[in-house]
Amino acid sequence: MSEASPAKAYTLHLGVIALLFVLSFLLPEYYHGLLARIMVLAVFAMGYNMLFGYVGLLSLGHAMFFAAGLYGAGLAVIQLGWNVPLAFLGGIACGAVLALGIGLLALRTTGVAFMIVTMMFAQVFYLLILYFATWTGGDQGMVVPQPARVLSFGATALELTNPTVRYMTALALFSIVLLVTLAIVRSRYGRVLVAIRENEERTKMLGYDTFSNKLAAVVISGTICAASGAAYALLFGYVGSSFASVQYSILPLLWVLLGGAATTLGPLIGTLFMYYVIDITSGYTSAYLLIVGIALILLVLFFPKGILGSVRQRWLGWLP
Amino acid sequence: MMPLLTTKGLSRNFGGLRAVDGVDFALMPGEIRAVIGPNGAGKTTFVSLVSGRIQPSSGMIVFDGADITSQPAYIRVRQGIAYTFQITSVFANLSAYDNVALPVQRTLSDGRSKGAVRAGVMAALERTGLADRAHMPAGQLSYGHQRLLEVAMGLALKPRLLILDEPTQGLADSEIDNFITLVREIAKNATVLLIEHNMPVVMQLADRITVFNAGKILAEGTPEAIRENAAVQEAYLGTAP
Amino acid sequence: MHFGPHLLLAALEGLVTSAVLALTALGLSLVFGVMRVVNVAHGEFFMLGAVLAWAITTAIGGHPALGFLAALVIAPLIVGALALVAERLVLRRLNYNPEATIVATIGMLYIIQQLALTFYGPEARPVEPPFSYRILLPWFGYSGYKLSVIAASALLLLATWLVLTRTKIGLVMRATQYDSETAQAFGIPVGRVYGGVFALGAMLAAIAAVLIVPISQAHYLMGQDPLLLSFIVVIIGGLGSLRGTVVAAVLIGMSDGIISMFFSPTLAKIIATLLVAMVLVFRPQGLFGTASR
Repeated sequence: MSEASPAKAYTLHLGVIALLFVLSFLLPEYYHGLLARIMVLAVFAMGYNMLFGYVGLLSLGHAMFFAAGLYGAGLAVIQLGWNVPLAFLGGIACGAVLALGIGLLALRTTGVAFMIVTMMFAQVFYLLILYFATWTGGDQGMVVPQPARVLSFGATALELTNPTVRYMTALALFSIVLLVTLAIVRSRYGRVLVAIRENEERTKMLGYDTFSNKLAAVVISGTICAASGAAYALLFGYVGSSFASVQYSILPLLWVLLGGAATTLGPLIGTLFMYYVIDITSGYTSAYLLIVGIALILLVLFFPKGILGSVRQRWLGWLP
Repeated sequence: MMPLLTTKGLSRNFGGLRAVDGVDFALMPGEIRAVIGPNGAGKTTFVSLVSGRIQPSSGMIVFDGADITSQPAYIRVRQGIAYTFQITSVFANLSAYDNVALPVQRTLSDGRSKGAVRAGVMAALERTGLADRAHMPAGQLSYGHQRLLEVAMGLALKPRLLILDEPTQGLADSEIDNFITLVREIAKNATVLLIEHNMPVVMQLADRITVFNAGKILAEGTPEAIRENAAVQEAYLGTAP
Repeated sequence: MHFGPHLLLAALEGLVTSAVLALTALGLSLVFGVMRVVNVAHGEFFMLGAVLAWAITTAIGGHPALGFLAALVIAPLIVGALALVAERLVLRRLNYNPEATIVATIGMLYIIQQLALTFYGPEARPVEPPFSYRILLPWFGYSGYKLSVIAASALLLLATWLVLTRTKIGLVMRATQYDSETAQAFGIPVGRVYGGVFALGAMLAAIAAVLIVPISQAHYLMGQDPLLLSFIVVIIGGLGSLRGTVVAAVLIGMSDGIISMFFSPTLAKIIATLLVAMVLVFRPQGLFGTASR
């Protein structure tokens, strides 16, 4: 937040990106694929964190933004036959427009009402996907056909089904979003967002139009989440209604709480950690929701700042 | 000379209570005006109406010749009405620097360089004597320093009208003396509207005094005239030091 | 069948839905009204009531009425005890912070749902109604049990209303709802009131579930619809208002019954959810509530 230590912050973030790049060559195949998926979902968490962590708005409906990108990109390829980059942008645009509309409505409420309203809009979105099953495939979902998942630059064609291409594309998206988030958080706009979180009334009395600032944050957050959804559809080839369900609104909340709300790297840590925990425990139990439930309760009870939040408090005050 | 701020028939009801009741008020540019009155007289409600934190039930507010009655608070702040809170409400988790940077960065319309923000922030912190505490979280400053930070934030807005709501409450005597100097300094470029209970501060600072009682203006005049006013003495000064 | 009788049947079905919904929503509304806690796990307490009713009737056997009556007493008590434990161990430690408690009750939702799946299984299981008398109307026969559900629910609502308005317990609850700090200062054990209210809310959901389980079967995911509908009822009725809750429950229950006879249930849900979201956005005090103090 403070204007000090930009070098440290950028070094750390570039270091994390470099580490993820190197890991691509070191990891065995299974973890390689898993990490690609985690990076895409961490983008979802980063989008969520933008609103929850920095503005203090707890949404229970972010699955709709992820799903807007997922279906926007997926349907563009399957139904309209668009190419990959265009479909990706189409998915992002869907999320941005949806976020603008939802923001205009939901931001009229505060606190608990905001959580319930966002949850209800997301539920409507989910039910709409089921209702228009003819186009969306209903609860079966759709598979994005392999031949369509190709990035072509002139003569060279990159197949997104290739593990290395997939990993590098995921890493590219992750890196861009991470650096953009870092830049936003360190900017004057980021300072205003935090001020709104800390005391909205006071921020108004400093001459800020808090509604517009919050609306912009909802749109940025929704757009990032949609980018994650669009990438998911194109990289992993599956578009399903479960991604629009309440559960996928809760998961980014869990990842962010775990990694540390209002920390730029927290979403990655939280997503990684949660996947790791589920991966380990899946050997013993299929009760994956049980772990999610227990994790949520333990986090709010004993560890509300999350991993990086606690690290920042104890040791590294400069952590963005 | 045209008044900087006027209100006409300004009223605000809370349920059945008329907290502010048909107030006609005028404030000249460059003035230091004190608003006094017993607790519950409607002083804070009145300045909240002026700053736009609450909406009037009826009446009109004119600032610098323009009707601002229906404008939201943040627009009024941009037009030059700054309000410092009665209950200290600095951003406790942000550094003093960031607290002041918020108003500074908004008032900079051009020259959006980091240097301009930094210079503006440090100037405001220096004026209030907080420069050496710039990087402390505001919540860890002493109470007196938090009040000063509040003033620094108001100053950084470069207001034409600075509303100070009980600024000396809870300050030590030595801090109050510095504060009086600071307000005189501020008044060179801005009009000051001051709600204050501490009568010595009021008498030293104010050019004119407006006395509120039961939501209405009871009296208005120079400090000497108010001191002599029998009605005021009965309503207020008789029980105050 | 002609349109008139068809409508009558739909209305009767709607009344049954309303009756159960009113009880469930009342529990949610009490918890929100007194504690300012949005209990997302409320639907799971409902589900737990139904699942326990199945377990109890199966364990007891014999005449269905015997098992059913036992379930009607025991299931809510178990659910209430469980809710009390959750309140003591989790919600109280969070100081009833609205955002933290919502996250915590989401956690409870997942835990209860998963445990039900693990120990009860994915099957839907029926519970036999305590009696199977059919009332013969000129156009069709109608289940006497369903009518008794309506009556039982009405009695329970009346009883709750009497407790809230006429007894010392009700006074203490209302005082806590109005201003918990002042209530505390006047010697009201606010912590215990909160615990009691949370348990009572869960018990109301469990009772509603026991009543409905002979009509619709017990299933580990059956808590989701009642949760959504209860939210709708509580929001439309005005948060924390008993009369509003009942009126809204009848309205929603009736329209749900009638609409789902003519429209696809998904479409009905879409419209209802969207409308309620709009009510929250544009009229947060509810359609029947007055502006908050």
